[in-house]
Amino acid sequence: MTNLTFDISHFLAGGMLVLSFVILYQDRLSSLLNTFAMQATVLAAAVAWQAQVQHAPHLYVTAVIALVFKAAIIPAALRRIMVKLGIHREIEPVVGVGVTLLAGVGLAALSILLLYPVTADAQAFTREDLAFALAVVLLGLLTMITRHNAISQIIGFMSLENGLVLAATGANGMPLVVEISVAFSILIAFLIFGIFVFRMRERFDTVDIHALDRFRKGRA
Amino acid sequence: MALDLLPPIAAQIGQMILVILVAPLLIGVIRKTKARLLCRVGASIFQPYLDLWKLMVKEIVPAHNTSWIYRVAPYVVFSTTWVAAALVPTFATGLMFHGAADLVAIVGLLATARFALALAGMDVGTSFGGLGASREMMISALAEPAMLMVVFTLAMLAHTTHLAAIATFLAHQPIGLQLSLMLVFLTFIAVLLAENGRIPIDNPATHLELTMVHEAMILEYSGRHLAVIEAAAALKLVLYFSVFLCLFAPCGIVTSLESVPAILEGFVLYMAKLLLGGVALAIGETCVAKMRVFRVAEFLGAGLVLGLLAVLLLFASEGVR
Repeated sequence: MTNLTFDISHFLAGGMLVLSFVILYQDRLSSLLNTFAMQATVLAAAVAWQAQVQHAPHLYVTAVIALVFKAAIIPAALRRIMVKLGIHREIEPVVGVGVTLLAGVGLAALSILLLYPVTADAQAFTREDLAFALAVVLLGLLTMITRHNAISQIIGFMSLENGLVLAATGANGMPLVVEISVAFSILIAFLIFGIFVFRMRERFDTVDIHALDRFRKGRA
Repeated sequence: MALDLLPPIAAQIGQMILVILVAPLLIGVIRKTKARLLCRVGASIFQPYLDLWKLMVKEIVPAHNTSWIYRVAPYVVFSTTWVAAALVPTFATGLMFHGAADLVAIVGLLATARFALALAGMDVGTSFGGLGASREMMISALAEPAMLMVVFTLAMLAHTTHLAAIATFLAHQPIGLQLSLMLVFLTFIAVLLAENGRIPIDNPATHLELTMVHEAMILEYSGRHLAVIEAAAALKLVLYFSVFLCLFAPCGIVTSLESVPAILEGFVLYMAKLLLGGVALAIGETCVAKMRVFRVAEFLGAGLVLGLLAVLLLFASEGVR
């Protein structure tokens, strides 16, 4: 494997990780959405590059799915939801962004330290892709934990799924059926999320997840 | 033996004089560009020289209740900054002092200068001085680790913290596509803006009490002292620009002091890059608004995390290679 091949795959996977940090940092909802779309685009590029390197044409299908669904349709749909709810200009107060970012760096370091010994005899870019993918997944979870807004939580979930796809393409021989079914289950999850956000807005007049907690406490 | 030593010494002395001479010019170019961008005529680009001269010949009016720290601090600030600037390769590597041109040493020298200035700000005893000093310390507490992350990343790439060696390495070795270098580039720009008190962090042209950082510390200085401090600030900007050019645009830096035309060529290229950087800084400053002091921590914190991430990514790619 030439150095440039590795460099490009490092660049794309690392770029996804950096964008995960941007998602963690960003407090404007519309910029958050744009960052997510950018991450999905980088994911598509990373998958396409893997298809090229691994000579696995079916990965091109995965790349196209990522590009069409996650970089175009889902952000557009989320933007529609946000415009309908009138929150597309909202700034979400992110508390303790410094601590969150440091925790994120810790998680990224953890996933590298965890996966490098396990995958000792795999190819270099596979090892790196797997480590970065785990980091992206964990950062998606961290985003979901630290945010109150339902929309940001959806974006955290979707970015988590970006990490899963990256892991799947890094591992050789992932069947296409699995990828397509994952893509569609994500789509269905997205539909459920969309309905959930609207119902929540209808009932509580807010998309702050804490309203649910307060509601439950009130009932008990 | 003596003949061998001659070119490095000559180049070293030349550079030390050059950085002092060029520093006010850079400030002048930045001010002129900003004025033109705001549709003003602006002062001549040589105005800073005249300002410094005017301050030099003016009488010193020291504040009451000040101790010797107040009088010594300007010279400490200037001399440490000058020594640091002497260590940075501007147009050529292989100067006399380059054996000591360690990036960590340069960061340390600048920290000494900052310490002296903050001490002087507090020595005056006015509320502005203390406020400026405390803000400066807050900014430096975040900017310095970020700068060290830049140093670590480069050290991992070039296997040295020696600035001249890093510049030579980056100029001549194929380094491929390095994501870490791009992240470090952003971190370094954040540090450069913070350390020199440029616009998103501090406004060098304001005396508005809510926003001052650097100006608040030197509010009580006058005459020769003020001239020395202003010169040191200009010198620091040149120093940061030179480090930036060394690390991210090292092409054309002269590595051997053999032929005079090559040195001249490197010199002209350096001046062009420096002034271009000044214009770019002015354009950037015109495009963004100054941020509140409380957001500075977030801005620099993001820079620091990007630097950390750069180290991590480089570590990851070195680990599997």
